[in-house]
Amino acid sequence: MRQRWALGLILLGWTAAAQAHLCAGEAAGFLSGLEHPLSGLDHIVAMVSVGLWGAQLGAPAIWLLPVTFPLVMAVGGFLGLIGVPLPGVEVGIAASAMVLGAAVLLEARPPLTVAAVLVGIFAIFHGHAHGVELPPGQNGLLYSLGFVMATGFLHACGIAVGLIHRWPWGRKTLRIAGALVLATGGFFLWQALA
Amino acid sequence: MASAHLVSTGLGPVYDSVSHFLLSPEYLAPVIGLALFAGLRGAQHARWALFAVSGAWLAGGFGEYAPPAGVLASLWTAGVCLTLGGLVAADMKIPLGLTTALALLVGFLDGAMNRAAAGGMSNGLGWLGVGSAVFVLMALTASLIVPVRIPWLRIAVRVAGSWLAALGLLLAGWAMHGRLNT
Repeated sequence: MRQRWALGLILLGWTAAAQAHLCAGEAAGFLSGLEHPLSGLDHIVAMVSVGLWGAQLGAPAIWLLPVTFPLVMAVGGFLGLIGVPLPGVEVGIAASAMVLGAAVLLEARPPLTVAAVLVGIFAIFHGHAHGVELPPGQNGLLYSLGFVMATGFLHACGIAVGLIHRWPWGRKTLRIAGALVLATGGFFLWQALA
Repeated sequence: MASAHLVSTGLGPVYDSVSHFLLSPEYLAPVIGLALFAGLRGAQHARWALFAVSGAWLAGGFGEYAPPAGVLASLWTAGVCLTLGGLVAADMKIPLGLTTALALLVGFLDGAMNRAAAGGMSNGLGWLGVGSAVFVLMALTASLIVPVRIPWLRIAVRVAGSWLAALGLLLAGWAMHGRLNT
């Protein structure tokens, strides 16, 4: 019975708002927020690799890193929104993909605090970049909801893929994926510095 | 999507106030956050929070108080999301009295803001409708969380709390930068 209620609530939340209701602009706010983290490959590879790395590290990192990232990213977004400047944002984002890709490639196992701090520092750059780009005139709450959910789902994708770590072929595949993320980060770093 | 529903005629005071509440994320998010937190803390916290938030919502909607408006209202919602989301994410253990006080505060102010935003609340039936909606949503959500004992499910709830806190931070940024149109 509870599962049915849960399914019902999820389906209710998933429905699009009717365009004619009195709170105009809300559907656009949620959908554009949902799209925003998916708009750049540099963001996508970094966020997915947080999930991949968490899956490699196992509990509690598997959930602690994806909790740390959106929270600290929101701090970065907050700073970006209120106009606090952060130098080298694009370099920081590219470096995040490189470092996280290298961590997955090497199956790095630093202490949990170090991993969380590292992920948190990079999340600031991602959040700040999103914060300064947020379009005016949208519904802030729905936009933020879509934005945070999309980020969480990218982490969840990384975790889901990262679960192949339990098999030997999966470990190799993950390391290859880490190398690809590292290379992608290198490309974006080159673009940021060029 | 429907483009021809009864915007001008409404659905009657009960369903108007219910649908206004259910279509307003600024009221839904605090109630859901409170339900997640009280549910994580157990049945006793959930019971007290359920009656406290519903009762306070009705009290806030009944009087003629001047609730926060504009940027202040957004900052209030942001603060509530940040606080409740942080408590859920940290799985913080607080005394029952504090949970109840939180529920009373959230219910009273959100109820007053809801009354100011929705004219139907001045009608007794509308007041009854939104009170029932708050009670049912809170009861259903908390009842899903209270029996959760599987560790990864509790972690999923805590992840949802971290999302709520992140949402609050971003909303605060929007409000402070004056970019909101709500």
